[in-house]
Amino acid sequence: MSLNSPARKASRPGRRASTGSRPGRLGPLPWIAPAVLLILCVVLWPVYEMVRTSFLRISTSGFVRGSAGLDKYRKLFGEADLGHVLISTVVWTLAVVGLTMLLSLGLAQLFNQRFPGRRFARWALIAPWAASVLMTAIGFRWMLNQTAGVLNTALTDLGLVDGPRDWLGDPSTAWPWMVFVAVFVSLPFTTYTLLAGLQTVPGEVYEAARVDGASPWQAYLRITLPLLRPAFLVGVVINLINVFNSFPVIWGMTQGGPGSATATTTVFMYQLKTTDIGESAAMSVVNFALVVLMVLVFLKVSRWNGEER
Amino acid sequence: MTARPPGRRIRPRTLVVAAVAWLLAAVFLLPYLEMAVTALRPADELRDATYLPRHFAWSNFVDVWRDSTLGDNLKVTLLVAGGSTVLALLVALPAAYYTARIRYRGRKLFLLLVLVTQMFQPTSLLVGLYREFYQLDMLNSVWTLILCNAAFNLAFAVWILTAYIGSIPVELEEAAMIDGLGQLGTLRRVVLPLALPGVVTALIFTFISAWNEFVMGLTLSTAPKSQPLTVGINGFIGNYTVEWNYLFAGSVVAIVPVVVLFAVIERHVVSGLTAGSVK
Repeated sequence: MSLNSPARKASRPGRRASTGSRPGRLGPLPWIAPAVLLILCVVLWPVYEMVRTSFLRISTSGFVRGSAGLDKYRKLFGEADLGHVLISTVVWTLAVVGLTMLLSLGLAQLFNQRFPGRRFARWALIAPWAASVLMTAIGFRWMLNQTAGVLNTALTDLGLVDGPRDWLGDPSTAWPWMVFVAVFVSLPFTTYTLLAGLQTVPGEVYEAARVDGASPWQAYLRITLPLLRPAFLVGVVINLINVFNSFPVIWGMTQGGPGSATATTTVFMYQLKTTDIGESAAMSVVNFALVVLMVLVFLKVSRWNGEER
Repeated sequence: MTARPPGRRIRPRTLVVAAVAWLLAAVFLLPYLEMAVTALRPADELRDATYLPRHFAWSNFVDVWRDSTLGDNLKVTLLVAGGSTVLALLVALPAAYYTARIRYRGRKLFLLLVLVTQMFQPTSLLVGLYREFYQLDMLNSVWTLILCNAAFNLAFAVWILTAYIGSIPVELEEAAMIDGLGQLGTLRRVVLPLALPGVVTALIFTFISAWNEFVMGLTLSTAPKSQPLTVGINGFIGNYTVEWNYLFAGSVVAIVPVVVLFAVIERHVVSGLTAGSVK
């Protein structure tokens, strides 16, 4: 026993404070190596492969024909559609994330109240989160169908439009509907993140504010919002990444068409993949750089990194 | 104490809140109800601009499973979602446990790696993924989809599990050790049961995300029979015609199980997100 216990102690992971200590001879390797290996093979290797492909000439059947140098990038930046695709992507991301965050603040506040049937209402809210985004997008595409779409029927019956319209055939009406659907599928996760944030606000704070004569609105602005900051930031960052890369919403509703009039960079990338995989890879690299840049800028602006943790 | 105070009335404000919340709940559910209704429309009523069909064609469900590859697609989805969930947890659990308990050299680097993977979405890496598995000659394989889904959900699983395990007092483990449970025994009998809510959350999140995954399936599986359900259903959208009733008959089968699964863990979702974002 007495001989045994020191050895046991050494091999036992369980000391928070032991900085750099090495329990067991192999250290952290057996514990974290599988995770690192999986990430290396399936996440980081594709990054390398993607960058490499963007400098290659590859036939549509996958045969490598040699180096392309910067040709694929030149070709990409020569695309007449690239300009409006980039602008659309920025507007799309800002519109969807902005609306989602704004509406989620309201929804979280609402669903945090006590009311009869709250459990069921919250379950309903979860549906778009659990269901596949693609299916939801296709569902809306059907509901907006010109001949038999139920939204067209309802809008006509309500007198809001003169007759059934081809909403998704025209980019000027397709964009607002796609923004609507993207917000629709982003709301549940964001609202739940904010609900989780609201749980961390102690009730006594509001009590104190009420005693001090603050109106509910003042209490919300001065207490709730600042305390919600961490949850809000998590929501913004995750939505930025998701919405920027949001492929299924657009693919399910318009496939980026007509042409690439309703494409964002990810959809454009997929459209290019069928004709020139090298150029598509170049688009991916640009797209990827944009995501990293966007998140870094946001983190810098919100001064989130570093602090205490 | 437990009896209701006599004459208790619901305040008007609560009534307004409830009314608005219920209305919104309906808005969130209606698209899925419409999908279910369409799934039951007979083919000759598909082009009618009516809210409900005159007849319900329950046979749509039978036909779609008999006449399409959806049966195979469902099998692929079950294998991929199940396999990747098991793999992700097998890989994430030890890493999360060690990271939560020990300040080893490279811990920060590992956590950074996990955070960065969270930023890498499969969509933005599609071309790289396709080229990698093309060269490995692993396109159209269930294993490829299992590996990919596990990898892209790993970050979330590690994140949540680290937070959960970190909140279990070390003293409990030490006590179990002193009682002679041994390292594995302590893990199995003390740590795992206490971390169970976190494990269940990670498990269901991974399962649902793999179940709904579309872009990797679309890119990495080109043969109809080796595609997951989402891609198979998308296949009903032809270049010229769309068989909406069959499409949604398939969708309903794909959507209902995950919505039910999600509803079951609804309580854990908030606490899971709190652990993930605040810790």
